[in-house]
Amino acid sequence: MPQGFTFNVFDVDRFATREMYGKVLAELGQRNKNIVVLTADLMRSNKTGDFAKVCPDRFFNFGIAEQNMMAAAAGLAVNGKIPYVSTYAVFASLRCAEQVRTDIAYPKLNVRIVSSHSGLSMGNGGTTHHATEDIAIMRSMANMTVLVPADANECAKAVVESIDYSGPIYIRLGRGAEPIVYKTDFPFRIGKANIVREGKDVSVIACGICVMASIKAARKLEQEGISVRIIDMHTIKPLDKETIVQAAQETGNILTVEEHNIIGGLGSAVAEVLAEEHLNVRFRRLGIPDIYSTIGQPDDLYHRYGLDEEGVYRAIKALILNN
Amino acid sequence: MEISEKEIIRLQKKAVDIRKKIIELTVIAGGGHLGGALSMTDIVVALYYHFMKYDPKNPRWPERDRFILSKGHGALCLCPVLADVGFYPEELMNNFNGLDSPFGMHPDMNKIPGIEMSTGSLGHGLSVSVGAAIAGKLDHGNWRIFCLLGDGELNEGMVWEAAMAASHFKLGNLVAIVDRNKFSLDGPTEEVMSLEPLAEKWKAFGWNVMEIDGHNMREILQALHSLPSPDSEKPTCIIAHTIKGKGVSFMENRAEWHYGGLDENKAAEVIRELEMAYPKEA
Repeated sequence: MPQGFTFNVFDVDRFATREMYGKVLAELGQRNKNIVVLTADLMRSNKTGDFAKVCPDRFFNFGIAEQNMMAAAAGLAVNGKIPYVSTYAVFASLRCAEQVRTDIAYPKLNVRIVSSHSGLSMGNGGTTHHATEDIAIMRSMANMTVLVPADANECAKAVVESIDYSGPIYIRLGRGAEPIVYKTDFPFRIGKANIVREGKDVSVIACGICVMASIKAARKLEQEGISVRIIDMHTIKPLDKETIVQAAQETGNILTVEEHNIIGGLGSAVAEVLAEEHLNVRFRRLGIPDIYSTIGQPDDLYHRYGLDEEGVYRAIKALILNN
Repeated sequence: MEISEKEIIRLQKKAVDIRKKIIELTVIAGGGHLGGALSMTDIVVALYYHFMKYDPKNPRWPERDRFILSKGHGALCLCPVLADVGFYPEELMNNFNGLDSPFGMHPDMNKIPGIEMSTGSLGHGLSVSVGAAIAGKLDHGNWRIFCLLGDGELNEGMVWEAAMAASHFKLGNLVAIVDRNKFSLDGPTEEVMSLEPLAEKWKAFGWNVMEIDGHNMREILQALHSLPSPDSEKPTCIIAHTIKGKGVSFMENRAEWHYGGLDENKAAEVIRELEMAYPKEA
């Protein structure tokens, strides 16, 4: 939890990730007059309404018109403002892909795109509202930084770090029911992964809500004598290659876990490093297996696609046993 | 506002100079969007040589008027204007379209001083202008944003999202100018995807609308001088009726000259025709 806020680490259990986003933004907005917040008829959902209450003159609801909103954010950034643009991840990445790429990433503008309801977190919303391509899309854009906080605490740190950062940033948030990974203060630096659990037999590289599922699986495996390292890869780009290489050299086996299509996301990014560094390790990607996800409650979906404790547990065992 | 005949003639001469440069650059560049560059020339000349405030020595001067070229393929017209008014030496354009040149078909704000926003993908400019106009309102700036749109790009849905937002956010500092040359790449706009009744569309979206002859310098200047002040609350759309390929008889109203190339002999012939349009001294 960053210092100097009216709430502290003990409040975190009460806040969903997107609630934390709203609160941090509202406090930062009162300190930095260049911050402007844009949303597309979702202020009540993504909690940007908290900012609207305290900084109404710098809050802009663009209605259900995301492409216009994204390009307008570029116009604001050109003129010295720091826009935080929020909509659902599926719209931020797919509907606005060209506006993000051409109007924001190409001119390298200081726009912060903070998406909510990423991955499968929209549950029964179904495929139209599941975002399982956004990491792939955003990381393929030059100049773009891609962050996936694991919980509300890391979300707060990411938003605070983003203010003075140079260039565009995509911050991927879930729906907000994420369990808390960081219960005490922790370091956060864009581009530097956090090893949240030490281990020597296998490394799990995860992001977002999958970090906690991986920690739980590691605890279970510990009882079976298997030592699992958990790496919270909160920055997908620029990727912390050093931590990946070190994990491969020290633990051999690598599993990636993400709430995203296995094509193009965290797993692909890690695979690129392993291949180019000639690291011949056992490697698997756990994620959505290149299909359109089905309808269901989020927890049921995480279970279906193996992104819960049990799924990660099984994947680690399979990796180690090579079956 | 009374505009002197002398000023009109000065600007008309400048418009011929710029059209000649467009032709010269087309030879260097190996081709260009001639039709649309020639149709927008008088508007751009009126803005940069008469109406807009800016400082070529300080391109990001906060109090400047902003010009956003939504029809980014009009760079062939805008870039020689920016050179001529002093943003950079004309020689920089000698490698137009060449490897690593700052100058290509579409303008890049990080490579060309004076370019407010990188454009090229149609339909984006008005939305970016909405953002710039909101920034102007937040800063209580006494400046305007001029956004030049092609008429064909009004097919893009995003333009109308921006039109809706501009009146909703009360952006009286925003001026959209439509280069209504009545052609897009494939042919006449009313055959490809009809736009009329165009003025009524903008009015229905809550804009002030003016319709002018986009090649009549006096009408252009009068429209600019009649704009509401930047602290007003209603955006303005100037529909400038123009001729695609204006000034070159074999290009005028010909969709096949949307984009084209010229060899040196043909270019010399075109320049002779353009020079005949120099106004007589008053």
